[in-house]
Amino acid sequence: MQQGARPAGATRRRVLAVGALGGIVAALAPRLAVAKPEDVAAAIKKLYGDKKISDGKVTLEMPQIAENGNVVPMTVSVESPMSDADHVKAVHVFAEGNPLPTVATFYFTAASGKAVCSTRIRMATTQNIVAVAETSKGELFTGKTEVKVTIGGCGG
Amino acid sequence: MATPTPRVRLPAKAKKGEVIEIKTLISHDMEMGTRKDAEGKTIPRKIIKQFACTFNGKEVFKSDWQPGISANPYMAFFAKVNESGTFEFSWVDDDGSVYKTTSKIEVA
Repeated sequence: MQQGARPAGATRRRVLAVGALGGIVAALAPRLAVAKPEDVAAAIKKLYGDKKISDGKVTLEMPQIAENGNVVPMTVSVESPMSDADHVKAVHVFAEGNPLPTVATFYFTAASGKAVCSTRIRMATTQNIVAVAETSKGELFTGKTEVKVTIGGCGG
Repeated sequence: MATPTPRVRLPAKAKKGEVIEIKTLISHDMEMGTRKDAEGKTIPRKIIKQFACTFNGKEVFKSDWQPGISANPYMAFFAKVNESGTFEFSWVDDDGSVYKTTSKIEVA
């Protein structure tokens, strides 16, 4: 850096300190940024690689408009006979616009009887919720739904 | 925060082979780790990261939770019952605590 480029009164130490602070802010920023649809795709790829994922069989029941993003009811159901030989093993739920792309994973067994479960999730903004189901036969199915959020629920 | 209180609702009686619904709720802040306090300091993450349900020692349903699950997490799911027995529910906290409860069911 040239001497003349420094603002008046800036010592070398102060310039370095400001630079270091900027570095910390830059390092923190990506953590607070929201996930993008690509992050969800990447998270799914990390789990299942390039395996084929078919559309259908997975239904996400959620309100079209959620007034409070802190508590959005969600019911995931997967069509399956739920027998010992053929049942849903796991359902992964992802949010495309939350600070973290992953929301939850549900593990079913043949003793579950039905591959249906309900919970309540947080949503930062209007976004798609994606679910990927894995059966005991190794088949993969996916479904998604869009929820409009009036007030986000992820702090910040 | 007070110790989380788990609550579970399921039918007391069922027919053999019936698929019953189980509803669970536990009081917990599910602090997501992105919020800031009045002084601008980040409040550390403290959530329940895992929930599991077994019937007579056999796994029925399990779930991994991320901070995207709402405070006072509600979880409803189904179970197929073929015999009388006991459901055991457990919630695992980030700090390692485990909150547990059990419920009995009579199968005719």
